[in-house]
Amino acid sequence: MKDLVETFLESMTTLTLNKMRTGLAILGIVIGIGSVIALISLGQASQQAVTNQIQSLGANLLTIQPSAQSSGGVRGAAGGGTTLTLDDAKAIASAPQITTIDAVSAELTRRAQVVAGRNNTNTQIAGVDATYQQIRKIDMASGNFISSTNDATIGRVAVLGPTVVSNLFGDNANPIGQFIRVNGQSLRVIGVTVSKGGTGFNNQDDIIYVPLSTAQKLLFGVDYLSSIAVEAKTSDVMTQAEDQIGYFLLARHKISDPTQADFSIFSQSDILNTASQITGTFTTLLGGIAAISLLVGGIGIMNIMLVTVTERTREIGLRKALGAKKQTIIRQFLIEAIILTFTGGIIGMIIGIGISYVLSLVMSLPFTVSSSAIVLAIGVSGAIGIVFGWYPAQKAAGLQPIEALRYE
Amino acid sequence: MLSVKHISKIYKTGVIETAALSDVSFEIDKGEFVAIMGPSGSGKSTLMHILGVLDMPTSGTYILDGQEVSKLTDDEAADVRNRKIGFIFQAFNLLPRTTTLQNVMLPMRYAEVPEKEREARAKKYLEMVGLGDRLNHTSNQISGGQQQRVAIARALSMDPAILLADEPTGNIASTQAEEVMEIFQQLNDKGHTIVMITHEPDIASHAKRIIHVKDGKIIKDEKIKQYRIKKQIVKV
Repeated sequence: MKDLVETFLESMTTLTLNKMRTGLAILGIVIGIGSVIALISLGQASQQAVTNQIQSLGANLLTIQPSAQSSGGVRGAAGGGTTLTLDDAKAIASAPQITTIDAVSAELTRRAQVVAGRNNTNTQIAGVDATYQQIRKIDMASGNFISSTNDATIGRVAVLGPTVVSNLFGDNANPIGQFIRVNGQSLRVIGVTVSKGGTGFNNQDDIIYVPLSTAQKLLFGVDYLSSIAVEAKTSDVMTQAEDQIGYFLLARHKISDPTQADFSIFSQSDILNTASQITGTFTTLLGGIAAISLLVGGIGIMNIMLVTVTERTREIGLRKALGAKKQTIIRQFLIEAIILTFTGGIIGMIIGIGISYVLSLVMSLPFTVSSSAIVLAIGVSGAIGIVFGWYPAQKAAGLQPIEALRYE
Repeated sequence: MLSVKHISKIYKTGVIETAALSDVSFEIDKGEFVAIMGPSGSGKSTLMHILGVLDMPTSGTYILDGQEVSKLTDDEAADVRNRKIGFIFQAFNLLPRTTTLQNVMLPMRYAEVPEKEREARAKKYLEMVGLGDRLNHTSNQISGGQQQRVAIARALSMDPAILLADEPTGNIASTQAEEVMEIFQQLNDKGHTIVMITHEPDIASHAKRIIHVKDGKIIKDEKIKQYRIKKQIVKV
């Protein structure tokens, strides 16, 4: 033990005396470990960013729509039915046997002509309740979303999507407090949503939200719903939630044959599939990045250790000539390699985390530090550093001292 | 002190065998100062390596200070080198960027001499070779002659049975070479046994006995008369 302490102190002295050599070796290890940590963390941050975006589209969302009516051989468009009511939505939300859902939102969506001043546009009017914002993950650019009070009081208020704002009020205008006219009714604008970037038919920015009660009673004069959105607890219980809601609604609508159901349930299975594909691609990508950076870092560490130890073959020869035993020399070089990789590992870890922090700021990604990357980087690079500090040392220590002394 | 009997060293390169030494025998008594001379390729370096237990003979026996040392394991050989042989190399072979004191302490570190005693002994020997004021200079801050004197202090530090010098003046200026040889003679006067390899007759003339080697054999073994002016370099 005392000898070990002495070898350690001696190694520290040797390392501090040869600042250039020590500095280069540590730099090699720092770059090796730092780049692995930075790359993997960056990869994971990107993965998380993509996952977040998918989540924001509502990956665990179920949509219930009335089935197309088939009376007299004429089949209407899907969603055109009148079989879903607000009571259905309330019943689903409060049913004790439906255990896998978090929130329910009833919606009535129609297209209508909207006028504001001299401008007019044809857009989607969505009558929604307050939970809609939570379920559809709608963020407000300014003002407020429809509240439950608005809904309860048949409030004459509206929340506009950004496309509608620019169509009716011009770009960068602030419409809050202004009035729009829909089907002869005047509504006050109370909020503007953040752009979600949808396109074409399903443009989530080209929409006007009004309280559900306002849409049903004031604007369109109907008492049914066009859809009910249900948020499942997690994306893993989607199938279960679909079954529970399906059986519940069949019973409620007194339908015994599931093929005759007057509603249909859609899950965002496309989104989920895409999500899992993207996640899978990212996992593969991350594995590749990790493997390549470990390889590059490892080779860098290997080179610097091989060079610095091989350079000292003559020194090893001298030490043997003066009476050092093979084990003494191997232990000294092993301890030096451990000190180098440990120091380099700590610095590399700090720099790697620092780089991923800066990159996350610059590239506006979530900042994640991958603990598995740290373990992997320090484990693999540390092992490489120690092995390639030890291997040439034990080779040189095994030489006859004269061969080592003559080594050029 | 040391006795070499029928020593041979054969190097194999593929199927070709080269005898670097063939059937060499001689004895060196305690207190002798022997120079081993010969042209390059004569086998004198091989002989030096075997005498220094840096290499093992192919056949024959070598008894050093009463111990048979011709068939040792790596670690046993390291121990014998550490305790019985003081090396002085042509290229000095000091640890770079390390102080003279640390360099002299190195063999004692491997012998596990307690640290306080190490330092005291290293100081004593460095003072003996006239470098008492250079204890904390690193080897690249002192001249070649001074480096070789550090090496001599290092060789003395374990109080070895023999001092083994391989072309000790080969890399230093001639005035400093004289100083180094003066130290050798004074150490010899104090009873140290010295074996020195050289190809320079001037340097060999400082010894009391010259063994001439050629083609792996001893061709002449002569005692020589000493004539020299003593200079007081070694104190104590």
